[in-house]
Amino acid sequence: MDRVKNRLGGLTRTDLPVLLPVAAQSRQAALIERREGTYRLNMQPRHALWAAALFIGACGAAQAAAPAGLISPMDALFKWMSFILWGPEGQLTGFSLNLIISFFAMAFGTVAGTALGLMQVSLLLPVRQGSWLVTQFFRNSPWLVLLFTIMLLFPFEIDLGFTVIPVPDWMKAVVGFSLPVMANISEIVRGAVQSLPSGQWESAESLAFNRRQTMWMIILPQCVKRMIPSWINWYCILAMATPLCSIMGVEESVTYTAQALNAEGDRPELIPVFYSFLLIIHFIYTYPIARWSIQLEKRFVVKM
Amino acid sequence: MLDAIAPFFQSFYDDTGWNFVIFYEQYEYDRFIEGIWTSLQLIVASLIFSLVVGIVGAWAQGAKFAIVRYVIAGYIQIFRNTPPFVQILFFYFVLGNLTPSYDAGGYQVAWIGNFGWAVISLGFFAGAFNVEIFRSGIEAVPESTREAASALGYTRLQAYIYVIFPLAFRVCLPALNNNLVNLLKTTTLAYGIAVPEMMYTANQIWSDNVNVPEMMIVLFIFYVALVAVLVYGMHKWEHKMKIPGYG
Repeated sequence: MDRVKNRLGGLTRTDLPVLLPVAAQSRQAALIERREGTYRLNMQPRHALWAAALFIGACGAAQAAAPAGLISPMDALFKWMSFILWGPEGQLTGFSLNLIISFFAMAFGTVAGTALGLMQVSLLLPVRQGSWLVTQFFRNSPWLVLLFTIMLLFPFEIDLGFTVIPVPDWMKAVVGFSLPVMANISEIVRGAVQSLPSGQWESAESLAFNRRQTMWMIILPQCVKRMIPSWINWYCILAMATPLCSIMGVEESVTYTAQALNAEGDRPELIPVFYSFLLIIHFIYTYPIARWSIQLEKRFVVKM
Repeated sequence: MLDAIAPFFQSFYDDTGWNFVIFYEQYEYDRFIEGIWTSLQLIVASLIFSLVVGIVGAWAQGAKFAIVRYVIAGYIQIFRNTPPFVQILFFYFVLGNLTPSYDAGGYQVAWIGNFGWAVISLGFFAGAFNVEIFRSGIEAVPESTREAASALGYTRLQAYIYVIFPLAFRVCLPALNNNLVNLLKTTTLAYGIAVPEMMYTANQIWSDNVNVPEMMIVLFIFYVALVAVLVYGMHKWEHKMKIPGYG
């Protein structure tokens, strides 16, 4: 019955001229979103102009509102810029720590997520169900709750008997961020593996590949291509989520911005300048990556 | 309610050391219920606000003036592509500073408190997605349907209410579901500006009672259950509202 429905799918979609193609597109987009667990970033070149306009507007307004005698908002921003971006000299904190956290969380999340995703297509029922449960649990919990759990319940040092490894806050944040990434990558991997036509499996079997060989040599190489745009999109989402760990006092860009503002005596006209600067640096970082993901997606769609 | 479960959780604590204090002590129980209540209020309020923003934005995107359309497009892109947490801080600390306050017997109280700003910023965040969702829904209804409705004697408003909106809404629903689930999870960020919602309350409780793991379990159950209920309800609804012949 299902197969008949699928075969007719193309026809039945057009036999009701009630709605325009936009309807099908919207539906498709919603399904992709559901599979990937997040929205697709869609950045266009003109958005960079918008972001710049916001920043310049905030700076101009602040410059005009600044009382004479005190350090001007722009000078204050220049003074603190390197602090917010790199932290105090000799440290990689501030915005660079945001990036470091995002790299590591993505790396761990991808490795763990791929393993979990492959467990979701396992032939063993308990493995399949268990990994499904883990995936759903971490996909559907708020990031902040996961982050708090790891920050508060993870030990601050690990005693291996012969040596003690200290676990600084930012490393815990890496673990906290990699959990939701893991769950979502797992779902993407499962989706990609299942989206391949079953003929791939069948022909591999007829060529005497065993299951593991089929998976590693035939299925996964094809999946990688399909997953890369989603994967990059998830990286962008993760990079944008890293400021969350400032709540726990990790010394990243938001924490430092608040500290810099504090040091300048919390002058109200400085606040828009500093926070829009923060928005801008995140935008500048995410923008090219999101563009790249859109380009890759277009290229891959044509080839498939 | 509390009287019925208190003895069990009290003895559970005595036996195992797992301190679910919110289930046997009146004060913490009240705090917990208050947190749930604030959380639900926050979710519902920002949900409604985001829908309003979405509808108004989708309507404004069809405006004659190019400048209005550009402003809406810029709004969507800025809110989609920046961290929601930074948005909340921006709203609360930047705009919160600029809005008027009144004198409440010796100290200044802002007209819009942290709850208000959380609703506004979360509403605008989710609203940015809703605008596009609603627009695609309205775009999906062909001009000929509109004309057919007016040929049948519907006024513009009636055609909108009885013909265009029901169709557009069905097109929107799957995407809208995704966004609302996302919004539900994002409401925890209100913690950042000290809105006493579930996350914040849990933090207070575990600070006072040193029962972090127990409260974490409660938090996970709370949010996963909330998401599950929302997803289940919305899927049921989606299924009911399905247009025959469309997937």
